Amino acid sequence: MLKRAQALFLSLLSPAIALAMAGGVSAESATRQLNMPQGVTEVSQAAYDIHMIMMWICTVIGIAVFGFMFYVMYAHRKSRGAVAANFHEHHVVELIWTIVPALILIVMAIPATSALLKVYDTENADIDIKVTGYQWKWQYEYIGEGVKFMSELRTSQDEIYGRAPKGEHYLREVTQPLVIPTGKKVRFLITGNDVIHSWWVPDFGVKRDAVPGLFTAAWAKTDVPGTYVGECTELCGIGHAFMPVVVEVKEEAEYNEWLAGKKEEAAIYKSTIGKEWSFDELMVRGEEVYERSCAACHQSDGNGIPGVFPALKDSPIALGAKEGHIAVLIDGVAGTSMQSFADQLSEVDIAAVVHYERNAWGNDVGDITQPVDVLNYKQGQ
Amino acid sequence: MAHGPATLADGWGKYISRWVFTTNHKDIGTLYLWFSFAMFIMGGAFAMIIRAELFQPGMQLIKPEFFNQMTTMHGLVMVFGAIMPAFVGLANWLIPMMIGAPDMALPRMNNLSFWILPFAFAILTSTLFMEGGGPNFGWTFYAPLSTTYAPDTVNYFIFGVHIMGASSIMGSINIIATVMNMRAPGMTYMKMPLFVWTWVITAFLLVAVMPVLAGAVTMMLMDINFGTSFFDAAGGGDPVLFQHVFWFFGHPEVYIIILPAFGVVSQIIPTFSRKPLFGYSSMVYATAAIAFLSFVVWAHHMFTVGMPIAGELYFMYATMLIAVPTGVKVFNWITTMYRGSLTFETPMLFSIAFVILFTFGGFTGMMLSIAAADMQYHDTYFVVAHFHYVMVAGAVFSGTAAVYYWLPKWCGKMYNETMGKVQFWIAFIGFNITFMPQHFLGLAGMPRRYADYGLQFADWNMVSSIGAFMYGGAQILFLFNVIRTIGWGKPTDDPQVWEGAEGLEWTLPTPAPYHTFATPPEVK
Ligand code: HEM
Ligand SMILES: [Cu+2]
Repeated sequence: MLKRAQALFLSLLSPAIALAMAGGVSAESATRQLNMPQGVTEVSQAAYDIHMIMMWICTVIGIAVFGFMFYVMYAHRKSRGAVAANFHEHHVVELIWTIVPALILIVMAIPATSALLKVYDTENADIDIKVTGYQWKWQYEYIGEGVKFMSELRTSQDEIYGRAPKGEHYLREVTQPLVIPTGKKVRFLITGNDVIHSWWVPDFGVKRDAVPGLFTAAWAKTDVPGTYVGECTELCGIGHAFMPVVVEVKEEAEYNEWLAGKKEEAAIYKSTIGKEWSFDELMVRGEEVYERSCAACHQSDGNGIPGVFPALKDSPIALGAKEGHIAVLIDGVAGTSMQSFADQLSEVDIAAVVHYERNAWGNDVGDITQPVDVLNYKQGQ
Repeated sequence: MAHGPATLADGWGKYISRWVFTTNHKDIGTLYLWFSFAMFIMGGAFAMIIRAELFQPGMQLIKPEFFNQMTTMHGLVMVFGAIMPAFVGLANWLIPMMIGAPDMALPRMNNLSFWILPFAFAILTSTLFMEGGGPNFGWTFYAPLSTTYAPDTVNYFIFGVHIMGASSIMGSINIIATVMNMRAPGMTYMKMPLFVWTWVITAFLLVAVMPVLAGAVTMMLMDINFGTSFFDAAGGGDPVLFQHVFWFFGHPEVYIIILPAFGVVSQIIPTFSRKPLFGYSSMVYATAAIAFLSFVVWAHHMFTVGMPIAGELYFMYATMLIAVPTGVKVFNWITTMYRGSLTFETPMLFSIAFVILFTFGGFTGMMLSIAAADMQYHDTYFVVAHFHYVMVAGAVFSGTAAVYYWLPKWCGKMYNETMGKVQFWIAFIGFNITFMPQHFLGLAGMPRRYADYGLQFADWNMVSSIGAFMYGGAQILFLFNVIRTIGWGKPTDDPQVWEGAEGLEWTLPTPAPYHTFATPPEVK
């Protein structure tokens, strides 16, 4: 910690700051980034430009106003023998400092308007991707491609709670990033499933609220391949800080390959859904799923948070009939933050986590929940 | 007729009933001020918990669930418990003395409007100890996080907000009635001190928007308990409706917080410049203009919600306009100092810091008003920095300045100047160490209301936390200085207290007697 403080002190003195201020990101020291990123799209560039214009205008006005103020504080001190004048109005001056700022505003409004027009230019997209905010993960659906998946935080609870060292990409890594191609205009159709979230990728200049019952559109087109990290920016409950956005931009050929792979995966998955899983296989997979999707509320030890999130340990549902337990995951519990997981988890994952919950923390029901059980329940609906 | 107030010498029973049943504007002002300071300390403690958790990446001290309760309670307690009652307290003490009235127009309602407040906050705070915990949905309590997904204790929160709203409305009606009816002969509207003017305008804002807030929480109550779907998309409602209603209250609310602060510094700067306020009438018009504009800009808090572009453009242009009257005020304050004879006692230091830091917050406000850029700033630490520059360095600094400025008049004792200055410098430096880096954090991509963050944000968060502890420490010094003054300060009986002070309150004896202006003064 002392070391960090020391490094920090040095960085304060270092001209790197001035550089970072003027030029945005310097790759080697993302930790010292002080300014808005320029990003890799037209929209992010426009936001950056108008941000810099505003900042310079404010800086110039600030220097003038505060400069004058400091001069007054120095020159007109009583201790220097200053004697107070007695004027208290001057119509011409007052008129000037009303009109001049108004004129400056009109000038600022022009680039501000054109930047906004860019943000709203969502027509004629090449690819449409539906982005849905869930408590506390993102779902991406490639419209018309039959590809849909969840993107969840990959950082472990152990790292978060200091039981394991924090990795380089702490809280900025996900199970499956969103992948888009270079050179194509991608439109994001953003909505929410439960509460309001907000989908933000700074390097794209895209931030849009994910509101239940409403679709909003944003777009990105870039020629720069790479990995871009963003965040959820609307308070959405306890997992708010733990649902990052990661987007990988790939060259078109690579993207197509990736998409084909995804489609294949989906097909393979469909064909293996009937497989019999062993007790232990399900426990291992179930624990993984539980930690990712359930532990935030029901806690790793299954004790929940009294009054907010019920315990699963010794719970009548976990100890009761298998069907009832599956039903809670598939249907959710209306009017609570227990949502339906039918769309978020695969049959295998639901089976595994149900199995895990029935056989962990001293819940030893001892039965086995297979993916077919989940499928049967879904089909029986 | 003149009877003194009960003191401790009359026994505890009499002393307590004096405060409980008092209808004296000075007593009620005192009650408001102490209550607000208590809330300030409580809200500050919540902030210290937040900053301690954010000192390092990772969850160290508390869980995210409690973190969210802390950010929510911090915001609610500071806005509704600390800042607003502080200015109502000042209004109670000062408005009658400034306009030459013997008391407020509606003294019994005055008593009621204060005494329901502690109950509101007791109800709100008690939720922290209940099953389910306190409100955890942010001080802006967006639905459906605050309805369908809220803990059951949200009903207590709603009840608490209703009571606070009732208290504010009563307080405002009282101020409007007092100023309209009880000015001394000759005290025309355009002769009223600026603090009175800003408060009248604030009172109108309050009367206009508190019912809107009450409407918002009532709709929540219906959604939660009675099966309506105002904000529930599944039932045909609209979560965005909540935001429109909230910000129709919320934006005027931020001006409710700052206008009385404008009033305070407009009293203090002329005193220590020994020169009348520059541009008095333009100050009044600018205040009115700001108040009017504050009703028509609310959706600048919602640029990312997906409004049609026409809406975005309108709200952007309207918001930019606020800079004009705000600029007029800043220029007037500085010109008041120009060719004055300046001294820098503690109230003046806080007022000058107010002008500088508030203006800085105004600059970031201008930047935020640019919709395309706001898409990057929105809901990041940049916004947190912006509103702390205007609300802490604005409202809280001016409140502190006001206490130091009028305390000698209230209790007839001088505070310790050195201690005041030390407090000022710790507060000023601590404040900037806390909030300046938050601009960088926000621009670099750290969202607000995050219980934990990526490693690249670690450095500035640590700096910010250190600054916050410093700023917190300054408040302890403040408390100590005030108590020391009241108990053991150097007595003074100079009516004017400050060499350059002007206004009716400075014609009264020091300390101000329990009853003042029983016969109205003549104002030329
Ligand atoms: C020149 C004057 C000002 C302008 C143009 C301005 C503009 C803005 C804008 C556009 C936002 C929304 C930012 C976002 O959420 O993305 C904002 C937020 C905010 N402003 Fe200002 N502002 C000004 C002065 C003030 C003052 C005087 C106060 C109060 C004393 C204030 C308090 C706030 C608060 C509390 C928020 C954040 C609310 C929240 O989301 O929790 N602002 N301001
Ligand atoms: Cu606003």
